[in-house]
Amino acid sequence: MDAIVKSLRKAPPTALFGMLVILFYVFLAIFAPVISPHGETEIVGDQFEPWGDAFWLGTDNLGRDMATRLIYGARNTIGIAFVTTCLAFAIGITMGFLASTLGGWVDQLASRVVDILMAIPSLIFGLLLLSIFGTSVLSLIIIIAVLDSTRVYRLSRAVSQGIVVMDYVEVSRLRGEGLWYIMRHEILPNAMAPLVAEFGLRFCFVFLFISALSFLGLGIQPPTADWGSMVRDNATLITFGDLTPLLPAASIALLTVGVNFVVDWFLHKSSGLRE
Amino acid sequence: MSQILTMVAQRLALGLLTLIAVSLIIFLAVELLPGDLAEAILGQAALPDTVAAFRRELRLDLPPHERYFEWLGAMLQGDMGRSLANNREISELIGVRFGNTLFLAAYAAIIAVPLALFLGVLAALYRNSLYDRAINVVTLSSISSPEFFVAYILIAWLANSLGWFPSIANVNQDTDLLERLYRAALPAMTMTLVVVAHMMRMTRASIINLLASPYIEMANLKGLSRMRVIVHHALPNAWAPIINVIVLNLAFLIVGVVVVEVVFVYPGLGQLLIDSVSKRDIPVVQASCLIFAVTYILLNLTADVLSILTNPRLMHPK
Amino acid sequence: MSMDQTAPEQREVLVEMRGLRIEGQSEDQWNEIVHGVDVTLRRGEVLGMIGESGAGKSTIGLASMAFARPGCRISGGTVTFDGMDLTAMPEAEKRKLRGTQIAYVAQSAAASFNPAHRLIDQYSEMPVQHGVLDRATAETDAVDLFRRLKLPEPETIGFRYPHQVSGGQLQRAMTAMAMSCKPDLIIFDEPTTALDVTTQIEVLAAIRDVVEQFDTAAIYIAHDLAVVAQMADRIMVLRHGNLVEEGDARAMLANPREEYTRQLLSVRSFRKAATGDAEQAPLLKVEGVTASYGSGPKVLDDVSVEIGHARTVAVVGESGSGKSTLARVITGLLPLSEGSVSYKGEVQPPRLKDRGRGHLQTMQMIYQMPDTALNPKQRIREIIGRPLSFYLGMTGAKREERTRELLSLIELEPDDYIDRLPGELSGGQKQRICIARALAAEPELIICDEVTSALDQLVAEEVLKLLQKLQDDLHVSYMFITHDLATVRAIADDVVVMLQGKVVESGPKDEVMTPPHHDYTELLLSSVPEMDPDWLTRVLETRQARG
Repeated sequence: MDAIVKSLRKAPPTALFGMLVILFYVFLAIFAPVISPHGETEIVGDQFEPWGDAFWLGTDNLGRDMATRLIYGARNTIGIAFVTTCLAFAIGITMGFLASTLGGWVDQLASRVVDILMAIPSLIFGLLLLSIFGTSVLSLIIIIAVLDSTRVYRLSRAVSQGIVVMDYVEVSRLRGEGLWYIMRHEILPNAMAPLVAEFGLRFCFVFLFISALSFLGLGIQPPTADWGSMVRDNATLITFGDLTPLLPAASIALLTVGVNFVVDWFLHKSSGLRE
Repeated sequence: MSQILTMVAQRLALGLLTLIAVSLIIFLAVELLPGDLAEAILGQAALPDTVAAFRRELRLDLPPHERYFEWLGAMLQGDMGRSLANNREISELIGVRFGNTLFLAAYAAIIAVPLALFLGVLAALYRNSLYDRAINVVTLSSISSPEFFVAYILIAWLANSLGWFPSIANVNQDTDLLERLYRAALPAMTMTLVVVAHMMRMTRASIINLLASPYIEMANLKGLSRMRVIVHHALPNAWAPIINVIVLNLAFLIVGVVVVEVVFVYPGLGQLLIDSVSKRDIPVVQASCLIFAVTYILLNLTADVLSILTNPRLMHPK
Repeated sequence: MSMDQTAPEQREVLVEMRGLRIEGQSEDQWNEIVHGVDVTLRRGEVLGMIGESGAGKSTIGLASMAFARPGCRISGGTVTFDGMDLTAMPEAEKRKLRGTQIAYVAQSAAASFNPAHRLIDQYSEMPVQHGVLDRATAETDAVDLFRRLKLPEPETIGFRYPHQVSGGQLQRAMTAMAMSCKPDLIIFDEPTTALDVTTQIEVLAAIRDVVEQFDTAAIYIAHDLAVVAQMADRIMVLRHGNLVEEGDARAMLANPREEYTRQLLSVRSFRKAATGDAEQAPLLKVEGVTASYGSGPKVLDDVSVEIGHARTVAVVGESGSGKSTLARVITGLLPLSEGSVSYKGEVQPPRLKDRGRGHLQTMQMIYQMPDTALNPKQRIREIIGRPLSFYLGMTGAKREERTRELLSLIELEPDDYIDRLPGELSGGQKQRICIARALAAEPELIICDEVTSALDQLVAEEVLKLLQKLQDDLHVSYMFITHDLATVRAIADDVVVMLQGKVVESGPKDEVMTPPHHDYTELLLSSVPEMDPDWLTRVLETRQARG
């Protein structure tokens, strides 16, 4: 506990800013139903009403409260991105560790499959699969998770390969320890730092990816509130000089920046300690 | 010399295999559709005869492996079938649009690559200076923003507010070069901003890594001027990582172009792809994906081959 | 060792460092690492700087050029070179000095040469860039220097790239490069530490000759006193950034004043009494073993070794001899292709995974690098305790008690160490933990793979004494893999000499170490530096006479 407080005090302002942003968003996401002024899909007024007392940020193209939609957007987009990243990591880490510890044909097969999957740009591949399987939340999560797990696979395989050649892993092998013990007690604890950093980065990427898909109309479907589609739906306002549609876009950018700052600091700290 | 040739040949062969595998995946993806493709497109209410005729036209009556080779063969000859939406020749549709997309990508790349390299090298040389730290924050914000955010900001500011550029990039075959450059300026700017940020950060990281090498310290201990250390000692070893960075980002450009085309209504392949996906115009989706994928793979292949060719140890084996 | 007839004390002072203080940075904090050291070096004189790691020798050597590595800075004192104050000099002026008047030879030639340029280009760079010589003259000089340094094919070797040339040759090429502008001072930073003993002797001879011929002053940094004894006129002994002792080389070696210096001199002088029963049937028998990695060439060729009960067998050889591979075959990590490994008369399956847990328990291994042999995220309690649970089924209080016993056995205070992480311990302490971990299994044979090679000499000494004590008390056998003959003399009962995958000679220590023996053993033995300053000259003369 002391170590955490001490390192927090030494953290640069950017990292602190990032952590505040993350905490704020998480708060919004969890308490959305409690703090939003109206219902997520409730139509409460006319189209495109200006900012005012009744509706802090005006209304959207169907007359729904913008502020509410923004708050729920946090919950939906962040929630889905988080679940997707977790799934991508579960798949990627398991395959990556198995490939590096078992080696041989397991490694060859998995790596070749991943190479081919990664040979197609993810946006293109994602669009292809979504046009075939439809854009339900479930297919969105699974498709993106599988596509992203390839990057996690590459990283966890590289990291665990670096660990597996260490003498202390050979010591365990010579002792006769089983595969599970080695992966759980020797490899995993020493792989945490780069993996945690990667989790942050992957989350950002998934988050941006989902927003981009929703912006293109192929991600989270209406009436569910989602920042990407909110920008798309309200884009016409920009031509009239009203910058309201930039709010959801800016919210996306802000969270990503925050996470990146924290990951940057984390990487800097953990690589310094390693020396 | 032969060692290099073998490695290059191996890499090319691998590239070819990847291309085949990818074409297979794109083809097979459609097979995974639950139910029948023809029915899905024509709808439940279609007459059985119509469905049968349609299936014959889409060659769905052939077994999958035959269909694949026919499809592939046709593709290679330039015949990509017909669009389901408007029954036009896909190759005609795609040809023009792909050209537009390439134009936009090249427009952005020509500005972005030298700019990013220059900024990145400077940041690495003056590490932790005010310049470096400021650039770090700016580029981090840039890579964290969705492209449509950057696009709309540019539209709001440069198009609507200042009126310098059009907010819709309307080009067609008759537009001359200068007019093209003007109309496509905002989309190119958007892409440049995002790509420069990525490329600059990666360049900076590679150069910093390189500068920590013992032979760079040795060059300093020999009393050589700063310029000489960088140009004569660091640069020859920097080609491989820098080429890697450039090509990775070019590949990223190809993909990033999709969102930008939609925002600016630019008649490129990306916009066509999006439209086709919403209309479930499967043949067009397949053809577009294939083109994007092939370009991406070829770029990665070039990067790998160039890396091999610029590796000093491989150039002069024992 | 200079050719100038003037007595060293009367020659002009070249380098003078007074009250030199240097700070190093770790985690945003600056700590002093060199605490006010004085150095005086005269023209043509060779000064040896010796000390263990962390003594500050490299840092002080670089400071004579007023150069500090990133993360270090000169925080106090003055550095004067040829009458000029370097500490007050602007960077541009200092740069002119470097290469032309002061040159540096790094520890790793392979890393210090730019892989993208030929050797001749990197040689000529200094004289040409500093405007001292034109390209053609520089190249002719290069051939001359290469010849003096006894490099093969001196006319053409310059056209090679660094990776096309061997380690010892690169080190000499780097020395040639340092001499290219005929500097007044060359700093040699541990130039032979990474080389095999037989290569080292050639490089030492080459460096000494060239320094003499050109009457160059030199600072020779090393951690091996015997090596420095061959090269230096005067020696400075450093420890933790402080000067311990300084004086004329011969005088110091004959009569060291400080305790620390005495300890450095007497390293490896202890000898064990022969232990164990040579009559009993051997514990481990390796017969006619041949092995290779995949389909590659043989790394072991018809190797036979025997290890007796409570005996120490030293397996000695240089890089590529196959000594570490032998350990891997014995433990089953690398399957043999011919021959057999038997333990207490029973032939063992070639693969590790086919062997039973009971057998795995009886053979334990300790590694060269304690940093990579301990899981940095595991506490000492778990590191030592795991083998206790795994092999002996111990749990709870019993395991805790035994863990503490083992810590006492390796001479570390249990309460202090049991909760720590490896990162908090020094190299010697970590190696002791590795020993405790091996002992936890209650083995009969421990394979020690270069276990003292990565440790400072005095620390290594203590570890060897500990290993000996454990053998006396617990009657465990050791297979001691090493390249250091001094260690062999100290602790072996039997010796096996290996060269390129074959056993060249084996037998009890006294037999192998005294002539008549195999030519290679003779070469190996004679290449080990001794504390006698005339040793190098003697060996070279003997070898030349033999032709």
